[in-house]
Amino acid sequence: MKEATAGTLESGDIMIQIAPAKGLEIELQSSVEAQFGRQIREVIGETLAGLGIKDAYVRAVDKGALDCTIRARVTAAAVRATGEDVWKD
Amino acid sequence: MRNSKVVTLEEAIRRSGLKDGMTISFHHHFRGGDKVVNMVVDKLAEMGFKNLHLAASSLSDVHAPLIEHIKNGVITRISTSGLRGTLADAISHGLMDEPVFFRSHGGRGSAIATGELKIDVAFLGASACDELGNACGVPRSENAKSICGSLGYALPDARYASHVVVLTDDLVAYPNLPAGIRAADVESVVVVDSVGDSSKISAGAIRDSKNPRDILLAKSAAKVVINSGYFQDGFSIQTGTGGASLAVVKYIREEMINRGIKASFALGGITAHMVKLHEEGLIGRLIDVQSFDKVAAESIGKDPSHVEVSSVEYASGQHTGSATHALDIVILSALEVDTNFNVNVLVGSDGVIRGAIGGHQDTAADSALSIIVCPLLRGRIPCVVPKVTTLITPGKSVDVVVTEYGIAVNPARPEVAEKLRAAGLKLVDIKDLAAKAESVIGKPDALPFGDKVVGVVMNRDGSVLDKIYNIK
Repeated sequence: MKEATAGTLESGDIMIQIAPAKGLEIELQSSVEAQFGRQIREVIGETLAGLGIKDAYVRAVDKGALDCTIRARVTAAAVRATGEDVWKD
Repeated sequence: MRNSKVVTLEEAIRRSGLKDGMTISFHHHFRGGDKVVNMVVDKLAEMGFKNLHLAASSLSDVHAPLIEHIKNGVITRISTSGLRGTLADAISHGLMDEPVFFRSHGGRGSAIATGELKIDVAFLGASACDELGNACGVPRSENAKSICGSLGYALPDARYASHVVVLTDDLVAYPNLPAGIRAADVESVVVVDSVGDSSKISAGAIRDSKNPRDILLAKSAAKVVINSGYFQDGFSIQTGTGGASLAVVKYIREEMINRGIKASFALGGITAHMVKLHEEGLIGRLIDVQSFDKVAAESIGKDPSHVEVSSVEYASGQHTGSATHALDIVILSALEVDTNFNVNVLVGSDGVIRGAIGGHQDTAADSALSIIVCPLLRGRIPCVVPKVTTLITPGKSVDVVVTEYGIAVNPARPEVAEKLRAAGLKLVDIKDLAAKAESVIGKPDALPFGDKVVGVVMNRDGSVLDKIYNIK
């Protein structure tokens, strides 16, 4: 795994940075932290688990992204970090 | 001139008899460009005043320096229609020991008129004033430095405050008439470099939207207006300041021309859009409590059928002659609407104060038809919710809610629903809108409110509607 980024800082988007690490650490900064921080961390964790990633440092800067956006950005960042294209049939 | 009232700010304050613990007042016609509040409070702090009650018609980002004056004990109580920016953030987090009292514009006007809100010294900025105190918000000489248009929110202060100080950046020859603020009410006149930056009167709340969702919302809202039964020759209308509620005017205009319908008056905050319709002959009179942009501010200075009204005449619930009682249709925005049609326009979904009551409560209550226009979601923030964070306008005043996912009509207005259905509009249950929002964004966790009351929301009749707690 290498460092990789996906997403933007636009309203409604989330920027995901992934870097190699031991264990999983998610650092989240969100404009909707109080109401949705817990759910956003869960979605990031579940998406990574679904890709078989257990060790990673994730820095997420969220501007109110919906879950579908969060999953897409996490997946894209993970693909760029690992070089494994999960979208291929 | 003989009997001139012109003095320095310090002398005006000294003459006013202001004492610690008293109430001072301000208007917010310069919105984000206001310079009077900070200038006067700085001077009061320098002169050693403490424990003052600041009663402004509204406060915004530009008033962040008040934070220091609150910490130093110069200002210990605030009454206002709204709060924004870092001041609002600090107060939401518990900056003050006393809660802020929030009133609607009509509510503030009637509280001043009835003596419930007693003002000791009013400090009122004006774009032109003569040496005896006749003051207005429009330029009256080639030396004019500012323009704010209507002084509607300042007029109750001028009339009822024990002592009135006018601050102006253009002292003109007597008589500066016609003038909303009359010399008979004014004790001192202070000449300053600038009372406000006029380029910022349309900053802040007002956006002219090109956002496709806002345009969709505006088109839907226009259909509601046109088919409501109230869209008849001689109707009257008011719009709020949200992007969508402003854009509605454009679509209503087209239909007025198509059908040959004219409006008798437009009310409230007057915008360039309304001025345009008026100049085209589509609206008879503009009744202006606040000029929302430079075009409106200029119009009120030159057009006799564009008239200034005080907030009492505009929207007092306790004066049956106030203009809202004659209003047919009002289009308003919202931060949140709940399944009982209650509206919040003051506290964000993060629990931080970020808005103003404005005329929301007043116009929704008194108009024949109130239409709330808001998107279902703003990013991940739901705008249709099971229960509003803070109650500002009770659901019994709200008739129709327009979102991009459908139009909901208050069950208390079946005749309106019937007319809209007959016109082919698809109506939805407001509970379905809330459920739709939740299905997209999930269920928000509860906000981390503390147990300190930082704000009290007054209803326009002087009763308490809701309390705002500190956010951690």
